[in-house]
Amino acid sequence: MAHAAVHDDHHADHDHHAAPQGFLARWVYATNHKDIGTLYLVFALLMFFVGGSMAMVIRAELFQPGMQLVQPEFFNEMTTMHALIMIFGAVMPAFVGLGNWMIPLQVGAPDMALPRMNNLSFWILPFAFTLLLSTLFMPGAGPQGGWTLYPPLSMQGGHSTAFVIFAIHLMGISSIMGAINIIATILNMRAPGLDLLKMPIFVWSWLITAFLLIAVMPVLAGAVTMLLTDKYFGTSFFNAAGGGDPVMFQHIFWFFGHPEVYIMILPAFGIVSEIIPTFARKPLFGYQAMIYAIASIAFLSFIVWAHHMFTVGMPLGGELYFMYATMLIAVPTGVKVFNWVTTMWEGSMTFETPMLFALAFVILFTIGGFSGLMLAIVPADFQYHDTYFVVAHFHYVLVTGAVFAIMAGAYYWLPKWCGNMYSERWGKIHFWSSVISVNVLFFPQHFLGLAGMPRRIPDYNVAFADFNMISSIGGFWFGASQLIFVGVIIHAVYYSKQRATQQVWEGARGLEWTVPSPAPHHTFSTPPVIDDSKLAHGDVTH
Amino acid sequence: MSEGLAEKKRGVRELAKVAGGVVLASFLFGFAMVPLYRIACEHVLGIKLAGDVVAADKVAAMAVDESRTVTVEFVASVNSKLPWAFAPEVSRVEVHPGKLTEAWFDATNTSHGAIVGNAVPSVAPSTASLYFNKTECFCFTEQKLDAGESRRMPVRFVVDPQLPASVKVLTLSYTFYANETATSRLGALAPAAPSLASH
Repeated sequence: MAHAAVHDDHHADHDHHAAPQGFLARWVYATNHKDIGTLYLVFALLMFFVGGSMAMVIRAELFQPGMQLVQPEFFNEMTTMHALIMIFGAVMPAFVGLGNWMIPLQVGAPDMALPRMNNLSFWILPFAFTLLLSTLFMPGAGPQGGWTLYPPLSMQGGHSTAFVIFAIHLMGISSIMGAINIIATILNMRAPGLDLLKMPIFVWSWLITAFLLIAVMPVLAGAVTMLLTDKYFGTSFFNAAGGGDPVMFQHIFWFFGHPEVYIMILPAFGIVSEIIPTFARKPLFGYQAMIYAIASIAFLSFIVWAHHMFTVGMPLGGELYFMYATMLIAVPTGVKVFNWVTTMWEGSMTFETPMLFALAFVILFTIGGFSGLMLAIVPADFQYHDTYFVVAHFHYVLVTGAVFAIMAGAYYWLPKWCGNMYSERWGKIHFWSSVISVNVLFFPQHFLGLAGMPRRIPDYNVAFADFNMISSIGGFWFGASQLIFVGVIIHAVYYSKQRATQQVWEGARGLEWTVPSPAPHHTFSTPPVIDDSKLAHGDVTH
Repeated sequence: MSEGLAEKKRGVRELAKVAGGVVLASFLFGFAMVPLYRIACEHVLGIKLAGDVVAADKVAAMAVDESRTVTVEFVASVNSKLPWAFAPEVSRVEVHPGKLTEAWFDATNTSHGAIVGNAVPSVAPSTASLYFNKTECFCFTEQKLDAGESRRMPVRFVVDPQLPASVKVLTLSYTFYANETATSRLGALAPAAPSLASH
């Protein structure tokens, strides 16, 4: 497959420079990295709203104690599907979309290395998510055992398990192909003279993320395959009755799962590291240290997985090891946070919407990192485990972390994509509305968790009523705020009269700002001549 | 230029091959974690996973340590899919390490059909499991109980005298699971027996 794609990729588009006309030719047969990037981003936004509506159902049910709106089974379906859709349908495709759009532009390549595989890896996704969402309408209902699919619970549902497993296989194949494509593009397609240590930091973060993807997505595929054979073919990998061990699933799953959480945050680090220097009008402080920090985090992600399962009954030595190894991750992460702050130090800063989202990222992601450190402490984790404290923690790192970075990136590069400036006024309204509501939504969940409210339960003790109501109000507010985001994008693409300049932002550096806005359908058909002084990181000594 | 392009394509092809290899290797690694998990538990962390029989001569060679007693507690539970009653006859015994001890468990099939069950043993604390030797156990074999049938089942064990002094109490727990494959085979032989699904 890869071979076929390599053979005749470029010929097709070389002779005509306009985009092909017609929906089928332009989008379904898309091999252009910009078109595929757009497809990924639109798909991710759609899934963000699908997963978001599920979160609205969850928060509506939790608005008051007692069972109000939905059945417990449906509530469990919502928590399970919300996670699967947000992780595999919204955050990951959004990063792949940004990578598709920006990596070739940032390394001076005419396109991705394997354009047809690129098409395939996108078009698998709608099928995967149709398969996944169809389980909601099946007799015996959809998956209810949580996105982690722990056996034996995940095996006790109906045949929707099989659909979920195949959907995960498809998503995995899509991610793996996307990752191979990105590695091949970065390592082989860079313009002559653009050395690895002159690449933009977003490209670096994606290169490392892509390595994580090809190393761990197949492990997830193996784990769910074992679930499948346990359920349908009489094997006993995780079936205690047949001599298997359900705890082993947790080990295999989290060997995938922990690198997975960094797959969802490393590209966010990259985006923020692009935006802060632009609006601080200073080069990124500690460029190489940032790269080494990303690489160290990626390495550490492979050796800390059991901190997700401290309460399964591990030997003391194991718990101590995983505790200290986990805490070690704070060191490279601290390097990154301090470097962002130092980049801003004495910079001449302006606060356009992308910068606001990037600053919110730095502050709120750090809060999520701190609660992560609290969870890493074994004796404390026994209290926090499976409570809303965990929910608050991972929503701080994934919503105000990953999602805010994606939005920052969208605002930052949107003028380059569509050629028009978005409405700064409405962008700022979107930002302030989001950043306030998201804290109203998730901050009280820390208190709920510390007070002992368990996660994934549709009802709760009346003692938790007030904070849940506050959290739900924040949830509806945050959900509604995202409609502003859609409005800003539609306005910018179709109605905005304000044309973007080539450089778009005064402090922007790098190859993507040397092409016109909007970026033409084909760019860098002849490799650009690299002028180190024009690159963001041309001077490797900084 | 076209030469450069051809070289790039060759590079991409090579890289795609290597990356495909990495993908395949990590898929296989997922499955390799099954034996690795066992090896790590038994040889690194000192947790015995398998409830295998221990040879009688190995146990006979152990000297009885009269100076010390260890409390062995028994716990019996039944998986929700198996309509059986299952309990130990005594809930705890005091034993000298090295001494062969016998304990009895009772199981009753409270359903209206024959069912095959398997008991899965577990020893807590897990790090003491290496020192708990079973010379005979009903958990080694399938147990078939007809409707309403009861059975007294023995387990004979020896606590290794090398058991760390810090361990004063050991818990031996059994969970009985329905062996659906063996039960359905039973149904094939005797069509009158109701299937497990009816419970």
